[in-house]
Amino acid sequence: MIELTVNGSSRKFDGDPDMPLLWYLRDLLELTGTKYGCGMGLCGSCTVHVNGAAMRSCVMSVKDAAGKSVTTIEGLHKEHAHPVQVAWEKVNVAQCGYCQAGQIMQAAALLAEKPKPTDQEIDQAMQGNICRCGTYQRIRQAIHMAAGVKA
Amino acid sequence: MNRIDLVSRRGFLEGIFSAGALVLGTQILPDGAWADGTAGAAAWQPTVYLGLEPDGRVIITAHRSEMGTGIRTALPMVLADELDVDWKNVKIEQAIGDKKYGDQNTDGSTSIRSFYDAMRQSGATARLMLERAAAAKWGVPAAQCKARDGQVTASGHKAGYGELVALAAKQPVPKKEELKFKSPAEFKYIGKGVPVVDQPGIVSGAAQFGLDVRVPNMVYASIEHPPVFGGKVKSVDDGEARKVRGVQKTLQVPPFQPPYAFQPLGGVAVIADNTWAALQGRKKLKVNWDASPHASYDSASYKNTLLETVRKPQKAARNVGDVDAEFAKGGKIHEAEYYAPMLAHAPMEPVNAVAEFKDGKVTAWAPTQNPQAVQDTVAKALGIKPQDVVCHVTLLGGAFGRKSKPDYVAEAALLSKQVGKPVKVVWSREDDMQFDFYHAVAAMYMKASVDAKGRPTAWLQRCAFPPIESQNDVNARYGGFEQGMGWSDIPFDIPHLRAENGPAEAHVRIGWLRSVANVYHAFAVQSFADELAAAANRDRVEYMLDLIGKARTLDVQSIPPNTPGYALEIGRLRNVVEKVAEQSGWAKKKSGAGHGFGLAVHRSFQTYVGTVVEVEIDAKGAVHIPRVDYVVDTGLVVHPDRVRSQFEGAAVFGTSIALMGEITAQGGRIQQANFHNYPVARINEAPREVHVTLVQNGALPAGVGEPGVPPMAPAICNAIFAATGKRIRELPIKKTKLV
Repeated sequence: MIELTVNGSSRKFDGDPDMPLLWYLRDLLELTGTKYGCGMGLCGSCTVHVNGAAMRSCVMSVKDAAGKSVTTIEGLHKEHAHPVQVAWEKVNVAQCGYCQAGQIMQAAALLAEKPKPTDQEIDQAMQGNICRCGTYQRIRQAIHMAAGVKA
Repeated sequence: MNRIDLVSRRGFLEGIFSAGALVLGTQILPDGAWADGTAGAAAWQPTVYLGLEPDGRVIITAHRSEMGTGIRTALPMVLADELDVDWKNVKIEQAIGDKKYGDQNTDGSTSIRSFYDAMRQSGATARLMLERAAAAKWGVPAAQCKARDGQVTASGHKAGYGELVALAAKQPVPKKEELKFKSPAEFKYIGKGVPVVDQPGIVSGAAQFGLDVRVPNMVYASIEHPPVFGGKVKSVDDGEARKVRGVQKTLQVPPFQPPYAFQPLGGVAVIADNTWAALQGRKKLKVNWDASPHASYDSASYKNTLLETVRKPQKAARNVGDVDAEFAKGGKIHEAEYYAPMLAHAPMEPVNAVAEFKDGKVTAWAPTQNPQAVQDTVAKALGIKPQDVVCHVTLLGGAFGRKSKPDYVAEAALLSKQVGKPVKVVWSREDDMQFDFYHAVAAMYMKASVDAKGRPTAWLQRCAFPPIESQNDVNARYGGFEQGMGWSDIPFDIPHLRAENGPAEAHVRIGWLRSVANVYHAFAVQSFADELAAAANRDRVEYMLDLIGKARTLDVQSIPPNTPGYALEIGRLRNVVEKVAEQSGWAKKKSGAGHGFGLAVHRSFQTYVGTVVEVEIDAKGAVHIPRVDYVVDTGLVVHPDRVRSQFEGAAVFGTSIALMGEITAQGGRIQQANFHNYPVARINEAPREVHVTLVQNGALPAGVGEPGVPPMAPAICNAIFAATGKRIRELPIKKTKLV
């Protein structure tokens, strides 16, 4: 039996301990905001916070998350009004929107660590997150907008 | 031409509108249908639905698919503007697939072009009916009643639209001639925009994409497809697969019957309790495959075949003057060959679907660009009627043309029939890249004779690529509508000009990808023009304007996919070249020493796009793109922010194609599988700044989703030439060492 915390709630899991956290979140907990994109940690669509750090949930097993605290896009802010989410909506970042939960989680982790990142620091932190629609210019703009706003 | 009438809400609209609603339907009829009398006889199949509810809410059905263009916002917004209601009171309902809606295939950048008028007419019709209802209620002349901001007023009277709905529904539906449309000065939303309806759900994680659909008792399926196109299952050993925790069983999906169309590829499905178990089970499958006739498909030798084809005379798609006679005169001749590889769509959401077969009918939920094709494809696969297939359309996590082809929905339906439960089919990223409907590989041969100033006196271009028509015809070898995509409609003013197309056989499924054949055609045409300008040592902007010639109208309307009513206006093409030069500061820019500027201009989907790209080549030979300038003439702009975002995105999509995109086959198997060997542009590789100017004019609205892509590859390559002196004739650019 694996115990972990997801969005503040205690969870117990007795399935395949090697199941990636991604599929546990999506198929078993019905937290479908976290997306599947590649299954190899190459695209960042599945990014969640594990003990506050941005992690690729498609290559992290449930057993590796045992005893840890997982936050998904659904749990980032109780009113979905984290400064990053607010900025994302203001700048109209999303096109199709599929990768954006991962982008937002990555950006929120970046700002928690570096409240005022430079363009270069943004590129460094965000280059693991692919957006096939090509919203990068607005992602950078939204991160600057959210920078320094208290989360 | 549109026909508007009241519609019964019973039947397929029942779940959307209340019993007291006024519901208007619009039917788009071919031009001339009224004149020749066929309009009256045409079956009543309304396309657009507007419902006015007694409580003041306005419900508009979105019958087109949302894949990121903002169409689910933009089309209803047009209607809301003409009706003159507060956007806050508008509720958008996504339509299911149904032929009653008319064309739902969200493809070819056509949604605004095809439905702008219908939306306005619906809004104006309802507005007039409300005014007339108010006039009847108050006993005043209708001309004194004004419908504005969700209410009708006349001197001493005022009523909200909702209060008038019951009376308005009893009014005869006015004829188009009676309608009063807003003047552009009266627009509240058109040309300005409103908040994009799906943004809040996207940032909160609540937005529902296909992969997020869940229905009771659903099981999960992952399918092992034939590794070579056309392969069939000979035998399966599923013993180990069935031992995987969570795996329930394995099932076969039958192979397709040629031509492949949108049919499933066939293969072996693992049915499981969850996605992970299905994927794990698949790894343990042992499948013996029958050899396929396409097992000898090899990209390296196929490239040579294509190049040999374009070195020989081929079928003329367009022929002006006498190219051969001009070449024979012995002037200065330039020749070049270009090559562009296969590409995969790679939308961030791989294809997937949920389907339930029950009592001879199918209910499906899918991220699809074309829910009616889902109905047809599923019906054919299961031997039922299309009207017995209900397709719910979710948000699409990217599509780019891939999700027009519903093979994956048919897989889910076929499996559900066998399992007796709803089945969710999930394609892995590897499945997505290895079993796509690929953007065609293409070779182009270009030849020109030039005068003393380097201007072409004769221009010959030949291309060869496996055609999209191979979907429907196993013998298809020549391009169909692809030839009208920047090839036979080439806009240059050259007295002797011939465009040819040679044969090529498809060995994988071929499909359309964002801007389709424009990608390789624009690459060759705009690169070769740059080569000629370079040889003549002429400024590229000045040379391009000379090449496209003086303002005039070219009649390309009969060349598919050019749309009737949209001529090729050379004046508009010239304008985007001149404006983009101005915007980018072209005249003052100096290229050289690893830093350069490139120009490309291309018209596609009736939209004129001038592009200037700035590149920097670093010490390792990597290409960086600090800035892209677009000047876009797409006629009337409905939602400027979403139009700009489409061009911002197209610059990135075009960068992926130019710098890094390549799918290859060896022994019939696709060699790329995931983003490590089929990379797409990341934030640090994408253009840093994309500046988009939208030309303001009164022209008809044109396409937006695709036209930003084609000029990118040639503009980048032309900039690289300016920076390094290296001419790129083969994509992707990463294959050429730049330092």
